[in-house]
Amino acid sequence: MNPILEALVKSVGILVVALAGFAYMTWVERKFISRLQARIGPNRAGPFGLLQPVADGIKLIFKESITPANADVLVYFLAPVVAVIPALVLFAVIPFGSDPAFQLASNINVGALYVMAVLGVGIYGMILAGWSSNNKYALLGGLRASAQVISYELGLGLAVLSVIMMASSASLNDIVAYQQPGNILGWLIFRQPVAAVIFAITALAELARAPFDLVEAEQELTAGFMTEYGGMKFALFYMSEYVKMIGMSALFVTFFLGGWSGPFVNEAPVLSLVYFAIKVLACLLVMVWVRATLPRFRYDKLMGFGWKVLLPVGLVNVVVTALLIVAGVPGYK
Amino acid sequence: MSITDKVVAVVTKIPVGFATVLKTLFRKPVTVQYPEQTKPMSARFRGRHHLKRYDDGLEKCIGCALCAAACPADAIYVEAAENTNEERYSPGERYAKTYEINMLRCIFCGYCEDACPTNAIVLEPIEFPTGYTRDGMIYVKDMLLEPPPAGAPATPQQTPAGKYDRAILPFPPITD
Repeated sequence: MNPILEALVKSVGILVVALAGFAYMTWVERKFISRLQARIGPNRAGPFGLLQPVADGIKLIFKESITPANADVLVYFLAPVVAVIPALVLFAVIPFGSDPAFQLASNINVGALYVMAVLGVGIYGMILAGWSSNNKYALLGGLRASAQVISYELGLGLAVLSVIMMASSASLNDIVAYQQPGNILGWLIFRQPVAAVIFAITALAELARAPFDLVEAEQELTAGFMTEYGGMKFALFYMSEYVKMIGMSALFVTFFLGGWSGPFVNEAPVLSLVYFAIKVLACLLVMVWVRATLPRFRYDKLMGFGWKVLLPVGLVNVVVTALLIVAGVPGYK
Repeated sequence: MSITDKVVAVVTKIPVGFATVLKTLFRKPVTVQYPEQTKPMSARFRGRHHLKRYDDGLEKCIGCALCAAACPADAIYVEAAENTNEERYSPGERYAKTYEINMLRCIFCGYCEDACPTNAIVLEPIEFPTGYTRDGMIYVKDMLLEPPPAGAPATPQQTPAGKYDRAILPFPPITD
C-alpha cells in the first residue's frame, strides 16, 4: 500500500478511536464514579445514559461563542487547539498491538523521548489559555498548571528513565518486547514497582486530575485556565484532558503492564488489541477510583511532594536500577 | 510527626480509603428516581393545602378568614359571601367566595390549619405546588377545593330551611 495512504488511514482510525474514547470516557467516568459514591449516574439519555455524550456534544456545539473583553483574540482561539494537538499526536508512537499495522509510526527508536516532548508541549495550551483570557482566575490557573506540570514532568521523566534503562532502548516497541518472556511476571511493574508508582502519581499530576486538580480547583479558581472558555472551545480542553488520560493510560500499559502482551497473541494478533484496550480501560478506571477517594492537595504541599519526595525517590530508583543492572542481578539483565 | 510516621501513615491508611470507596461499588445506589419514584413521606408532612368537604358535599370552609389572620407570610386571601338555603355552599351564614393562597409566599408552617375552626384547610403530603409563572403559583379556590365525596352533590346545594343554621355541625360524640 502507498505509505502516505496507509499513514492517513491509520491516523484517521486513531483519531476516530481517540475521540470516541474521549466521548465515552466521560460517560464511563460519570457512571463509575457514581457507583463508587452509591449513586446511579446519567441514565436519562438513552439506555443506561449511553447517549449522554451525544447530548453533551450537541449542547456544547449550540452554545454561544463568547470572547472576553480585552482578550488576546488570536491566542485565545489558538490555545484550545494547542492543548488538543499534543494529546492526539501522543498516540503516534504507541504500539497498540503485536502487528506493525497496529501502530502509526512503528520505527521511532526514541519513542519515549517523543512522548516526553509531546507532553511538554501540551502545557502551552494551558498557559496560553490562562494568559490570553484576561482573567485573574484563568491566569492563576494557567500559572498553577504550568508550574505543576513542569515539576511533575521531572518525576515522570525519571520513572521513564528507569524503564528505558531496563529495556536498554527508548523505543516503545522494544520496551514492550522486553516484557514478553511469556508470563505476567515479565511486566516491568514487578521489577520496577517504585518507578510504576512514581509514573502513576506524576501521570495524574501531569493530567491535572484529582488529587492534583488544583488547576481547576472550583472553590478557589472557578475553572482555572478554562474559566473564560465555553462551547466548543471548552469542549476542546475537555477533549485534550480525556484524550491525554487515555494516552497516559496507554503509556502506563506500555511501560509497566506489558503493552499488548497476553495469551495467544501470536496465533491471533487481533487479540493483542483487545488486551491493550482492556489494560487501558483498567488504568482509566483506577484513575476514576483515585478521584473518588483522595481529596485535593494543597498547592504548596503539591509542589513540596513533587520536588522533595518524588524527585529524590525517582533519582534513588534510577541509581539503584543502574547498580542492579551493572551487578547483573537476575531479572535486571 | 516524624518522617517514618508519615510514611507509615500513608502506606497503612490510604489503602483503607481506597478499600472503603471500592466497597461502595457493591452497595445499592441510594438514588431515588424522583419523578417516577418518591420517598415515603410522614403522614403529618405539610404539603399543599386542601379545602375539605363534609360527607354531604358541603364545604367545611365558612369564610371566616382566621387562616388569613394567622398566616405569618400573608399568603392567604379570603372573601366571604352569604349562604342562602337556595344556594348553599357551607353550613352556617357564610362561605368563602374567593379563597386564594399564594404558594410562593406560603412557608408551609401549618398555622392556617391550626387556626381553622372547622378543620376546613389541611396541608396534605400528597403533592407539591409547582408552576411556570408567578400567576400560576396563586392557587385559587377551584384548585384547592377537594371534589365532593362519592355520591354527594357538589356546591351550591339547595337545602331545607333550618338544617344548616350553625356554622359548625354537631360533631359525633367522642368515644375514647
